[in-house]
Amino acid sequence: MMDFGNFLFMEQEIGLIILFVLLFFYDIFCSEKGKKYFQLVAVSLFAVFTLFGFTPMNKGEAFGGMYISSDMTVFMKNILNIATLIMFLQVKTWLYSENTRHKKGEFYLITLVTLLGMYVMISSGNFMMLYIGMEAASLPLACLIAFNKYQEKSAEAGVKYILISALSSGIMLFGLSFLYGALGSFYFSDMSRNMISSPLVLLGFVFFFSGLAFKLSLVPFHLWTADVYEGAPTGITAYLSVVSKGAAALALIFALYKVFGSIDVAWHHILWWLAIITITLGNIFAIRQKDIKRFFAFSSISQAGYLLLGMIAGTAQGMTAMVFYILVYVFSNMAVFGVIAAVENHTKGDTRIAAFNGLYKSNPALSFVMMLAVFSLGGIPPFAGFFSKFFIFMAAAEQGEYLLVFIALLNTVISLYYYLLIIKAMFIKEENPNNLSRFSIDNYNKVSLVICTAGIFVIGFISLIYEYIDTLSFGI
Amino acid sequence: MFFIGIYGFIVRKNMIAILISLELVLNAVEINFAVFNRYLYPEQLEGMFFSLFGIAITAAETAVALAIIINAYRCIGNVNVRNLNKMKD
Repeated sequence: MMDFGNFLFMEQEIGLIILFVLLFFYDIFCSEKGKKYFQLVAVSLFAVFTLFGFTPMNKGEAFGGMYISSDMTVFMKNILNIATLIMFLQVKTWLYSENTRHKKGEFYLITLVTLLGMYVMISSGNFMMLYIGMEAASLPLACLIAFNKYQEKSAEAGVKYILISALSSGIMLFGLSFLYGALGSFYFSDMSRNMISSPLVLLGFVFFFSGLAFKLSLVPFHLWTADVYEGAPTGITAYLSVVSKGAAALALIFALYKVFGSIDVAWHHILWWLAIITITLGNIFAIRQKDIKRFFAFSSISQAGYLLLGMIAGTAQGMTAMVFYILVYVFSNMAVFGVIAAVENHTKGDTRIAAFNGLYKSNPALSFVMMLAVFSLGGIPPFAGFFSKFFIFMAAAEQGEYLLVFIALLNTVISLYYYLLIIKAMFIKEENPNNLSRFSIDNYNKVSLVICTAGIFVIGFISLIYEYIDTLSFGI
Repeated sequence: MFFIGIYGFIVRKNMIAILISLELVLNAVEINFAVFNRYLYPEQLEGMFFSLFGIAITAAETAVALAIIINAYRCIGNVNVRNLNKMKD
């Protein structure tokens, strides 16, 4: 007998589905004239939904432990909501341009489905739910990447993403099948109870981890990242690099802590080496990029390496630092992509770094936001990025990982060098290939940039947020 | 079967052939689940359920992949991955 009371634990998912249905009917039944307000309606409904996420929620386990809702998952979903809201604000000009105007409804609907998949992924208490959530997140995302139908680049990126994501889920499932063979269950709680360090389990773990590492674009599995980020529409690139990556990191840390917590000796070294290679190679390859979206693809690879530091710590503090890092990363990276979208819309799709030359002369406000965001990503003190890096280094150092923290610190210096290349292009270089003149951006994007700037300034100084996350996290 | 699929994914030049190799990988996994369930844990059905869900999701995946490949075909005129080289540093 099915207990429908279980659905009460899924308030956020159900809210998202209601939102989806509302927008769906609006998209189908509204006349072309009424659809002029689609952006306004979609954004305000989603903003209401984001606020709804901060109201008290039911917490507990539903469907025999398949679905878990706790304070932590609610908070993580709120982070993803905020990031998605900012992304919705940034896409207006692109979405209302000639080639995409007739399918703007689809854009919002597909994005909401991917978000639902990420919710399921975070809240899963069973590997089947994790897998379904992951697929629900990555399949529609491939459609979004290939959204610019008439652009060869976009189609190419779409093909690369869908093939790689299918391969990675195949590898992950292969690992899961071994884990099932060894442990006899898919439930997190049962698996961690029976966990033993047998060769079959280790083999399964390595495959499972590689599958998720594709999604997180850690270094040996990162080769798709740059191409896909460059080819995708800018809003989707932001979504990929922030929301999709954040959700994968959160799902991975839950799986590592809850299921593989007792064999942490085994995965500790794997993560240790991966973190070092990811941070270093991401940084080194970023230096030689000429295209700004590729540049931030490699920068986001190295940021994913920093996230691993929090996982390696394996303590409640590590988890807090990681979640806080994702929160700060949302605001900094979204600000960057908001500025890129603004410049790209104005220059008809020019994404070379040279397109930013002399931005300070023509658009001081935009270049100022970009500077703040880049400083925050690089970890310069007064901004939020400094605090998030500091916490994550502290979490790793408290576990005695001094060498790791030292290498990561050296890498922040390298990263400062290439982040400053962008500052140099904006403030010092004069000649611009497009003769950039002063231009104005749409109001939605302005709002998003203001939110991001406020986030970059404020989050680091309100210790309440960090302390709140700290009360929610747990260690191995 | 899994490794034949991986091998095919790496060496094939045709996008459709790559997709077929991926199907091979996923089918190998499906069989793996069913077999582990049947021989190690015959009293429960979790592995079988996982296979069923896996098959459904794989079908969805193929549909999306084919749609995107058709779109790419319209843009570049053939389905050879060698021609997917517009973006390079």
